Amino acid sequence: MTHEFSTGGRSTGGHSTDGQWALEITGLCKSYDRPAVDHLSLNIRRGELYALLGPNGAGKTTTLKMVTGLLQPDSGAISVCGIDALKSPIDAKRVMAWLPDEPLIYDKLTPLEYLEFVAGLWGITAEVAERRAHDLIALLGLKSQASERCQGLSKGMRQKVALAGALIHEPELIILDEPLTGLDAGSARQVKAVLREHVTRGVTIVMTTHILEVAERMADRIGVIANGRLISEGTLEELRAKDSQQAASLEDIFLELVSDEQVAA
Amino acid sequence: MISFASRSSASQGMTPQSLGWFARHELLLAWRDWLSMMTAGRRTRERIMIAMALLFTVGLHALAYSVLNPALKSGSSLGDKMLLVTVMGCGLLSFFMMLSQALESVTRAFYTRSDLELILSSPSPPRHVFAVRIAALTITTTAMSMMLMAPFINVAVFIDHPGWLAAYPVLVAIAMIATGIAVWLMMVLFRLIGAARTRLAAQIVAAVIGASFLIGIQVIAIFSYNNLSRLSVLQDHAFIASMPAAESSTWLPVWAATGSFPALFVVLATAAAFLVFTVWQTSKGFAQLVLSAASVSDINTSAAAGPRPFRTLSSRQALRAKEWQLLKRDPWLVSQTLMQVLYLLPPALLLWKNYGDAAGISVILAPVLVMALGQLAGGLSWLTISGEDAPELVGTAPVSAGQILWAKIEAVLAVIAAVGLPLVLIIATFAPYEAIVTAIGVGCSAASAIAIQLWFRGPAKRAHFRYRQTASRVATLAEAFSSLMWAGATALFAAGMMLGIACVMLALLVLLTAWLMS
Repeated sequence: MTHEFSTGGRSTGGHSTDGQWALEITGLCKSYDRPAVDHLSLNIRRGELYALLGPNGAGKTTTLKMVTGLLQPDSGAISVCGIDALKSPIDAKRVMAWLPDEPLIYDKLTPLEYLEFVAGLWGITAEVAERRAHDLIALLGLKSQASERCQGLSKGMRQKVALAGALIHEPELIILDEPLTGLDAGSARQVKAVLREHVTRGVTIVMTTHILEVAERMADRIGVIANGRLISEGTLEELRAKDSQQAASLEDIFLELVSDEQVAA
Repeated sequence: MISFASRSSASQGMTPQSLGWFARHELLLAWRDWLSMMTAGRRTRERIMIAMALLFTVGLHALAYSVLNPALKSGSSLGDKMLLVTVMGCGLLSFFMMLSQALESVTRAFYTRSDLELILSSPSPPRHVFAVRIAALTITTTAMSMMLMAPFINVAVFIDHPGWLAAYPVLVAIAMIATGIAVWLMMVLFRLIGAARTRLAAQIVAAVIGASFLIGIQVIAIFSYNNLSRLSVLQDHAFIASMPAAESSTWLPVWAATGSFPALFVVLATAAAFLVFTVWQTSKGFAQLVLSAASVSDINTSAAAGPRPFRTLSSRQALRAKEWQLLKRDPWLVSQTLMQVLYLLPPALLLWKNYGDAAGISVILAPVLVMALGQLAGGLSWLTISGEDAPELVGTAPVSAGQILWAKIEAVLAVIAAVGLPLVLIIATFAPYEAIVTAIGVGCSAASAIAIQLWFRGPAKRAHFRYRQTASRVATLAEAFSSLMWAGATALFAAGMMLGIACVMLALLVLLTAWLMS
């Protein structure tokens, strides 16, 4: 079974010149022992929350790491807010943020010290950084831990500190790998609210998640990736329409897509 | 696949939760930990490790033979006070080193949670866990000391008489006493300064204790004989004469080590009784102490004096500031650095005592400085370059990889300069040429260590600093040899000998080899 999908009226892999796209990926390839990402093309609009779904080992994290400059692709093109991320990685990094699934923060720094460090890396002035840091700390409910070393924080709190770090330089594109894993219900709600608020301000968010309910509720568009290829994409309604199951949940659609792909592979 | 049933038959007679059952578990973990430390998890390294251990053993036996043969070839006599003093000195040296190591291990036993949470959450008696952990610590402490002392004991048995074999159980007794004292020290620190500060304090005390005996006798040698030789004190006739008579019971441990069975029985029984008493007395509060140690690290160990205003920093400044902040807050590193600095004290003292007399000092002081600071640079650059805890954050920052590396190198060089510059400046006040040579030597040694760490860099956690040597033996050896060569070159140039060029060439050869192998 093949799945056709649209990318908002444009052909997948097309290059924009009007600044409509926050992220354009064209023919991206990366192989280890076998192809991890296989001629992947993907366009994501400015100001949308895009959920990238896929089974374990589908190539989601590899794709996102190539976008953020943490991995070098074998071939293909990546454009971040109109900047060629492969030719001008520093300029591209300036406008984006990456939050891995395992929050990598410094145990011996306090959240405020961590945010000061991240602000320094992105060249934010002290006044702006301090104001934003305190705003984010308050917004994410970290006030009482702001001056404690991160080594004592729970996984959820560490995740929120890392998220604050990702937001402090006000990126145009935020890439999140499993941002809600390990968060309690209250923290998850806080994080979702913060992300949604950023999207309404025009920030673009690309996130991977295994919690399909989150994708179903939060994402403007959903892309499903398997074996390094994009196998379907669109709004939830578009995915349902393609699947001819109007009442199907995202979980049903996802599992069917993935099993079809595995059979085809 | 081994079933539970077959495994349990392998450990017949060991009831779960019993002392023996826990001991088996601990020994298995200790063995695997040691093996993975030595082989860095690569099976191919096992053969190399065995070959290197054999070489090391043969080398140490040769060294022991060359040291002991002149002293023991005519036979030892317990009426010989010099022998008594020398053996007692060696015993004390072992004791202080074991105490240092035991304190370090006991600290980890309390603060490293690993499987403790699992064990303490089970219905197993915590006293058993504690007793077995302490016994395991005693064994590892003995093993470490034996690696160095065994060749000397074996050679003494070969040259002199088989009675020296009794030195092995004496070493075990010393380890038991050292471990017992380490446990009591930990308890006292817990009570006096609380769980929050005990970890750092214990590691610093361990470093000071480890260095204190060696440094102590060096300091005496400097004041009494104006040299750095530790043997000067132990072989001085006036010092030996001031010691108790050969018949005094002060020498009981030496009698035990040379084969007197009654003395050996007393020494072993006393040590065992002390350790058992320690475990019995202190094990009651073990679980509570572990929990308080864990809860301290869970809550906060900084309790910073409130947030301070942000500073506007460039990317490089931010990276440097972060590195210094992390280095400052790393208890293990602080204790290791302190150890390096402590070892610099005797030469500094010699320098102060001979102020105005440059002759001879350069040969002693310059290489010590170059070696110590080269090694320190190696450790620091591993922490900053490889031990980056948030590589993806730094990797996604709008800074080039080159700038990131430079910022980290600058952070290391600044620390080296802060430690080395005061000593170099003191030398410069009366021996400018030697000071310049020393500064260049330190710079080359530090730069070489940093370069080696750059060539062999790999992702690692800062917490794995202890295991950095096992990650790459080539890097470790190259670092040590290049420091040694630069130290030799510095000493020779400071003494006005052009032979130093040969050492420079060798240092460059070491670097070239390391680069080719990286």
